[in-house]
Amino acid sequence: MLEIVNYLAGFAILASVYAVLALGLNVHWGVTGLMNIGIAGFFALGAYTTALLTTPPPDPAKFEQFVFGGNLPGLFQRWGVGGDLWFLAGLAAAALVCALVALLIGLVTLRLREEYLAIVTLGIAETIRRVFLNESWLGNGSRGLYQIPKFLGNLAAPWLYDLLYAGVALALLLALFFIVERTLRSPWGRVLRAIREDEVTAAASGKNVFRFKLQAFVLGALIMGIGGGVYAHGFRFIDPFTFDPLLATFIVWVMLMVGGSGKSAGALLGALVIWGAWSGSQLLPGYLSNPNLRYLLLGVAMVLVLLLRPQGLLGRR
Amino acid sequence: MYKTQRLPRLMAGPRRSRWLLAGLVAASLGAAAALTAPELLVNGLLLGCALALGAVGLSAAYGILKFIHLAHGEFMTLGAYLALFFLMEVLPALGLDSAGLGLFTFGYALLLALPAAMAGASLAAVGLDWAVYGPLRRRSAAPIVMAMASLGVAFALRALVQMVWGNGIHQYPRASREFIQLPLDIRVPPDYLFLGAAAGIMALLLQVFLARTRIGRAMRATADNPVLARVSGINTEATIRWAWVVSAFLAAAAGVLLATANAQLRPELGWNLLIPLFAAAVLGGMGSIYGALTGALVVGVAMEVSTQWLNPSYKSAVAFGILLLCLLFRPGGLFGERE
Repeated sequence: MLEIVNYLAGFAILASVYAVLALGLNVHWGVTGLMNIGIAGFFALGAYTTALLTTPPPDPAKFEQFVFGGNLPGLFQRWGVGGDLWFLAGLAAAALVCALVALLIGLVTLRLREEYLAIVTLGIAETIRRVFLNESWLGNGSRGLYQIPKFLGNLAAPWLYDLLYAGVALALLLALFFIVERTLRSPWGRVLRAIREDEVTAAASGKNVFRFKLQAFVLGALIMGIGGGVYAHGFRFIDPFTFDPLLATFIVWVMLMVGGSGKSAGALLGALVIWGAWSGSQLLPGYLSNPNLRYLLLGVAMVLVLLLRPQGLLGRR
Repeated sequence: MYKTQRLPRLMAGPRRSRWLLAGLVAASLGAAAALTAPELLVNGLLLGCALALGAVGLSAAYGILKFIHLAHGEFMTLGAYLALFFLMEVLPALGLDSAGLGLFTFGYALLLALPAAMAGASLAAVGLDWAVYGPLRRRSAAPIVMAMASLGVAFALRALVQMVWGNGIHQYPRASREFIQLPLDIRVPPDYLFLGAAAGIMALLLQVFLARTRIGRAMRATADNPVLARVSGINTEATIRWAWVVSAFLAAAAGVLLATANAQLRPELGWNLLIPLFAAAVLGGMGSIYGALTGALVVGVAMEVSTQWLNPSYKSAVAFGILLLCLLFRPGGLFGERE
């Protein structure tokens, strides 16, 4: 019984993280038409930022090499700030770092032909992964960070923590969902959709297309960074291999396209459906659970959606 | 003559910027050679030849099809694994297994497997165009949607390769050979020389194909202006199929040659080269063939020479750095138009 509850809690945490990433991608691709194929990069930056800020400093006795462990929970305790508020500080830092990186990328690429953003985001994700892999002084290299503190760890017994955190992740997801929905329904969001539909017309009606694209790119990246932070405290272990192109970028694209690109609700639905199918198929017998077969089906799903139902499950033509 | 000069023409010659470019390349090569071991320079140039085959196909595909083909690296992987299949299964069954031809580690079997793999990969490319890209094109899907579809194709192709050949490392049949000793204390693996020679021959054949044959002319016309090409009686659909054949041909050749030169074959071969390929193509101006060729040599040398100071794991990051610098200072590429 307990195992099932914990399995479901783990599923809910990961599904929420993916839903947050898909929300961010929806701001990029679904609403503004920016092709970001480096989600893994922002995901990793967010996760590593909050992890490095909150873990205790490295312990030489355990051959930990990273030079920085911010130990925010300890600091907050010393400053007399209770209620595990350090968690929000960590998430804010994750969002800030991702926003800064997105700003730099956007300044370089968003004035150019739209394909260049795709190429550059692909490159930045790969470079970020390699930096965390090779620079062990930064993030403990391939051994990863494994002492990421629990948020509200005092409130629940260790065996109930996943369940508690699943609630936290879901609450954060819903909060983000409503904020993003409000933002996209505003006049600002309308301009983004106008840019997606026809850049020239948007520019002709006096909108600074570059500036709006840049804002949208930063907003989406910021959301992805928060997703990374939520992931880090949920699993309390991250390493560079977590952020590979398949499970940290491509699957998010499939989620958004299947759910319905352009709609925040589509992002949520896609994350639930695809993550359900992905983790459910792990339980299938024999060759059916072969990971390569599942990779193949993800790729095929992507192509089929584009060919047969480009609007996804929820979209309108 | 009517031209839309947004993209560089497929065979855009280095007329205007020839001297600038030649000077730039020579200066960077010279500086690199003076600063570091000349051995890395030579090896970088030879590896750059393999990159060139991939980048030329990528750039030509962009010139004609107008979208970035993210599955191009997977064509390299597929070609390399098809050659493995011919070398390990088909040719031995015909009594044709060999290793260690003259100076080289591989046998004459590779000379048979290479064209077979190229043909196989181009068949796959034409099949993909029929199943995926063609229908999207006829619906006039946005280039960025086509690029997205190609990302799906990339992951599906890699998964297929891993399903058939597994996730591990493979090797072509090989005999051990001494490195070749050149002047200045340069040591080059013999297979690198074969790589450079084969790439050079293929580049020449491509030049003849594009310049002299009817299909080549049709491809240039389609790249220049698809509407005008169609109006003047060119079958653009057939031309596009030929573009896939050429691009997959070159990609598969690059994959086989790299797997030979590296003495190992992994499923990530092509995916890991995607950034260097794009760096080469962008540096030369996306859509220009000579540009991609030059860009690939520059990127290849830079990647190899960087290992003098940097962890070799950062090779693709070095290529990415070149890409960023190029986008910052000359986004149209060395041969391209200013944006």
